[in-house]
Amino acid sequence: MVNTLMLQSEKGQKAHIVIEPSHSWLRLDLGDLWRYRELLFFLAWRDIKVRYKQTLLGATWAVIQPLLTMIIFSVIFGQLAGLPSEGIPYPVFTYTALLPWQLFAFALTQSSNSLVGSQNLVSKVYFPKLVIPIASVVPGLVDFFISFLVLMGLMAFYGIPLTARLLALPALLLLALMTAMAVGLWLSALNVEYRDVRIVVPFLTQFWMYATPIAYSGTIIPEKWRLLYALNPLTGVVEGFRWALLGKSEGTGVMIWVSTAIVVLLLASGLIYFKHMEDTFADVI
Amino acid sequence: MSDIAIRVEKLGKRYRIGGAQTSYKTLRDSLISAASAPVRWLKAQRHEKYTFWALQDISFEIKQGEAVGIIGRNGAGKSTLLKILSRITKPTTGRVDLYGRVGSLLEVGTGFHPELTGRDNIFLNGAILGMSRQDIMRKFDEIIAFAEIDKFLDTPVKYYSSGMYVRLAFAVAAHLDPEILVVDEVLAVGDAQFQRKCLGKMGNAAQDGRTVLFVSHNMGAVSQLCSRAIVLKKGKINLDCDTSSAISDYLSEIAGTNHAVEYPIEPNRDIQINSMFISLLDGTVVGTCKHNQPFCVNIKYTFRNWKLGSYICLDVYNELDSRILWSSDTKSVQEMMNPRNPGTYQARITIPANVLSPGMYFFTVANYGPGQMKAYEVKERAISVDIEDGGTLLSNFGIKWHAATTIQLEWEVKQVSP
Repeated sequence: MVNTLMLQSEKGQKAHIVIEPSHSWLRLDLGDLWRYRELLFFLAWRDIKVRYKQTLLGATWAVIQPLLTMIIFSVIFGQLAGLPSEGIPYPVFTYTALLPWQLFAFALTQSSNSLVGSQNLVSKVYFPKLVIPIASVVPGLVDFFISFLVLMGLMAFYGIPLTARLLALPALLLLALMTAMAVGLWLSALNVEYRDVRIVVPFLTQFWMYATPIAYSGTIIPEKWRLLYALNPLTGVVEGFRWALLGKSEGTGVMIWVSTAIVVLLLASGLIYFKHMEDTFADVI
Repeated sequence: MSDIAIRVEKLGKRYRIGGAQTSYKTLRDSLISAASAPVRWLKAQRHEKYTFWALQDISFEIKQGEAVGIIGRNGAGKSTLLKILSRITKPTTGRVDLYGRVGSLLEVGTGFHPELTGRDNIFLNGAILGMSRQDIMRKFDEIIAFAEIDKFLDTPVKYYSSGMYVRLAFAVAAHLDPEILVVDEVLAVGDAQFQRKCLGKMGNAAQDGRTVLFVSHNMGAVSQLCSRAIVLKKGKINLDCDTSSAISDYLSEIAGTNHAVEYPIEPNRDIQINSMFISLLDGTVVGTCKHNQPFCVNIKYTFRNWKLGSYICLDVYNELDSRILWSSDTKSVQEMMNPRNPGTYQARITIPANVLSPGMYFFTVANYGPGQMKAYEVKERAISVDIEDGGTLLSNFGIKWHAATTIQLEWEVKQVSP
């Protein structure tokens, strides 16, 4: 009696999977993503471990890249062009903006190419494919924290004090990542079918960089264009970073809210598109 | 109902294939073509002409603990079926019910990273195959023991020999422990000894009440592991029955059940195989033969322009696709060097009585040239013969002869003590 009961309960627990043609547009199934969180962890861990393997300078690259860009910008835009930096020393002014920007650009590039770069995984194993673009973004965070330490050093050098505004950074960071994910989801899914994306991404990031107040201050944009300018979510993030770290008097105000709204919209549509295309990835890739 | 592990109902998968590609001649052409591409794409979406069914109307049920082989020629839909069952791709029609956790092994070492160590790759690959970290840690020692790589555990796998790489990859997969195991042609890797070990591991899985679905071109492995097999042909189920009948159906399909073939004359070939047929000693052309009766394989071939070192050879395969005999028209290197006059030759190869055991046999004829053992011409499984039991001891008890040959061995028996 007990035996049969146990047997039944065992059978009751047995996973039942139904495979059917896909019909619906709206089926996010984020629970599945949660079940595969360990895979997400391992893929991210792999990317971090492998990132600077067989390089001479190793993780120093995380510092060299923004530092070199900062030096170039300081010479060209700060010294030669003489762009205003709101009274803040130009190097630290631009470096502060470069941090979230480099994280964003890395996340965007990596996630866009992530699916195509994992062809064998996509066509040989089952798992929620969202894991791939999400995991591809994580190594950028490691680089971010390393170069953030350098920023702390720069700020100490220029005598810029830390304030309680620092607490706003995680939210701004999240906004930058969400923006990268939103665009990355769209592009990674499109990339599976149209490899044009791979060619477009470098142009896109370059264009985007100049549309973001990194080398210059957002204040040089005429007042009447500000709202339009804020459609670029990175504007809010970069200005927010300067506000939180460098104590720029002018807050980001309404800009950050416009940015957030845009990002949420982009991210939601990106998620839906990605999930809709997911079923055909293995056939097309 | 509850003892069903896999139920497949009216499964179908349609693939889209691009329209005929024309080469772009000029920039203008390619621009026009690019401009009209979206239109062509939309047309292709609707057009049946650009689609094909990789699988159609597939229905079967597999009970828990059953080991079933899937066989068929390339392009028969085997891989598509496995991909649907592993949830990698969605079907176009139909439905599948899976009762139990599924572990699928369509490739050995998926996601292995060459820069990472063996240890790291075990965790990574395990996670990719759906194991939890705790599972992997619990089975870690077993995996290493199975793979026999303990000394190289902390070496990046890019320095591994291909054998070590494959052993490690299979070891991880073998410890997946799912309730339903779906395996594609992965045994085609590694050395013979390791292949046997893998097969044993899968056999154990089946004995432990796990359901195994196994795709392979290795008929020996299929018959060893599976009691039942499904033969796919052009996306449909051709046969679903016990393994040995399914295998002979499949092999006779790829061989055709020819007892005699003739090939058109190709005057440009230096050497050509003209015809082949099976006959009895008296020359009667036959398709079946008794095991205790000699028979002949007759091959006609033409040497138009003999090249130094070329010769003709014959392979005999059994139902399990194992090569039982090999023979050639030259027996020594010396003979191989003897020039042959241009002309047509008729060879008669006699296979003695009591050599081949009852069953189907397939004959492949090839002509080889000097140098890299390169075959000029291969007539794969061109003809076949069905050997019947002509009265073995076992046949008296209704038992099929269960050895590869029926060669009679001499027993010297004498009583040595009362």
